[in-house]
Amino acid sequence: MSDAEETDIARQVGFRGGGFAPKPHRWMGPAVFAVLIGLAEAGTRSGFISPLSLPKPSDVFLTFRELYESGMLWTHLAPTLTRLLIGASLGATAGIATGVMIGLFSYFRAGMVPLIAALFPIPKIALLPLFIIWFGIDEASKYALIAFGTFTPTVVATYCAVDNVDRTLVRMGQSFGMSWKSIVRKIILPGAMPGILSGLRVSLSIAIILLVAAEMLGAEHGIGAYILEAGSLYNLERLFAGVVILSLLGVLLNAVIGAIERYMLRWRT
Amino acid sequence: MDIRLSGISHSYGDLEVLRNISLDIPSGRIVCVVGPTGCGKSTLLRLIGGLEQPTGGNVLQLGVPAADCLNPLTYVFQDYALLPWRSVAGNVSLVLEDHGLARADIKNTVSDVLARTRLTDFARTLPRQLSGGMKQRVGIARALAVKPAVMLMDEPLSALDSQTRELLMDDLAALWTRQPFTAVYVTHNLDEAVRMGHSIVVLSRSPGQIREIMHLEKPLHERSYGDKDLQFRQKYLWNLMRDEARAADAELINV
Repeated sequence: MSDAEETDIARQVGFRGGGFAPKPHRWMGPAVFAVLIGLAEAGTRSGFISPLSLPKPSDVFLTFRELYESGMLWTHLAPTLTRLLIGASLGATAGIATGVMIGLFSYFRAGMVPLIAALFPIPKIALLPLFIIWFGIDEASKYALIAFGTFTPTVVATYCAVDNVDRTLVRMGQSFGMSWKSIVRKIILPGAMPGILSGLRVSLSIAIILLVAAEMLGAEHGIGAYILEAGSLYNLERLFAGVVILSLLGVLLNAVIGAIERYMLRWRT
Repeated sequence: MDIRLSGISHSYGDLEVLRNISLDIPSGRIVCVVGPTGCGKSTLLRLIGGLEQPTGGNVLQLGVPAADCLNPLTYVFQDYALLPWRSVAGNVSLVLEDHGLARADIKNTVSDVLARTRLTDFARTLPRQLSGGMKQRVGIARALAVKPAVMLMDEPLSALDSQTRELLMDDLAALWTRQPFTAVYVTHNLDEAVRMGHSIVVLSRSPGQIREIMHLEKPLHERSYGDKDLQFRQKYLWNLMRDEARAADAELINV
């Protein structure tokens, strides 16, 4: 570049390092919902979409309001929430306990991991008759179904989380003469917490899915029962109102876990 | 308390890593162990502290540690090994909680070692907010808290940049000068070895054997950056190791 003419040309170096870094856009999620619902409303109003294939969103909303004003919403929601709460906490508690045991004891792992692998892919809905025989037609069988469905994914997430705890931290604890109990309580469990919580996200969503199945077991009230009844009558407005309630339930549970994560995992960036 | 290694040999399956190592670690001295990559220096340290069992030979403690010593053989790790969910003070108190001490005693010990490593202002900070040098000072504070008879330092400064390393070497020398401790200091850095060691053990390439032991008489606090005599010693060590280091570098890894 000794040429005088060439050194005269000064060109800005172009920026090429952008992108590939997700940024938060809070309004984008609601916007997608609004656009989709708006399209459905416009389509059904104009007659482009026949009312047989999709209910009018505003009708779904009216059905929902009716449900709320008649007080039936609570009649359906209360048993559903009870079933979800009891079933999911039974399944998650047993799942976390089993997962931690698998992570800690080789014999337990050798025995349980194949069993869990065998149980995981069974569609729990297929076992409905079995649950009725074992636990009866009332609430116990519904709790059991939801608990069983949340159990297996929680076990897998938990023992993977325990396996992924940094072994150098465990060696550190041992080298300072910490007791086995202290190592488990102060190193392994907090270290596995991020994995356990993200596993809970998945298993609680599965619990909601199984809610509808559980309420097939002769439930009089409950969101699942409400949806099933609407479905058998081809009442699409009520069907959608019920589905929306389940969706909201999912969003709510996710937010609760998010809040727990923010509190328990403050030490993470 | 002294440590005596008598005829230590170690293999991982067919791979022999250490062969017939006999060495005395006298009380109140820093013994540096240097050697080419993969010569088993870190393995030797894990054997001394009981994190691994040697295939042959014995590690002996000669004499009893002081009465207030909570953990005679205490490590300082290369990657710090701090719990990310505990604050600086929490990481130090972690290793005191299992010894049935009174709450006040723990608190006193923690504030004492944090003061000695100049971390008092950072007691409530989480590890992720600290620089590498600060993290290693927490590691050193944690080791001091259990009043070890022997400190086992596994490449304690190797993850740090060279300026931070200088600062921490000064800190360690000052700590030793104030209150001499016994240490086995494993490093691949010859500059660190001649600055920190009262004696320097040179290991050969795998399987590691003792090639030479160099003794340095100059007091730690008089050794400084760019010391002529130390540079001369360092050069001697490098000449001793150069060919082995080259051969070790060209070796295929078959573990």
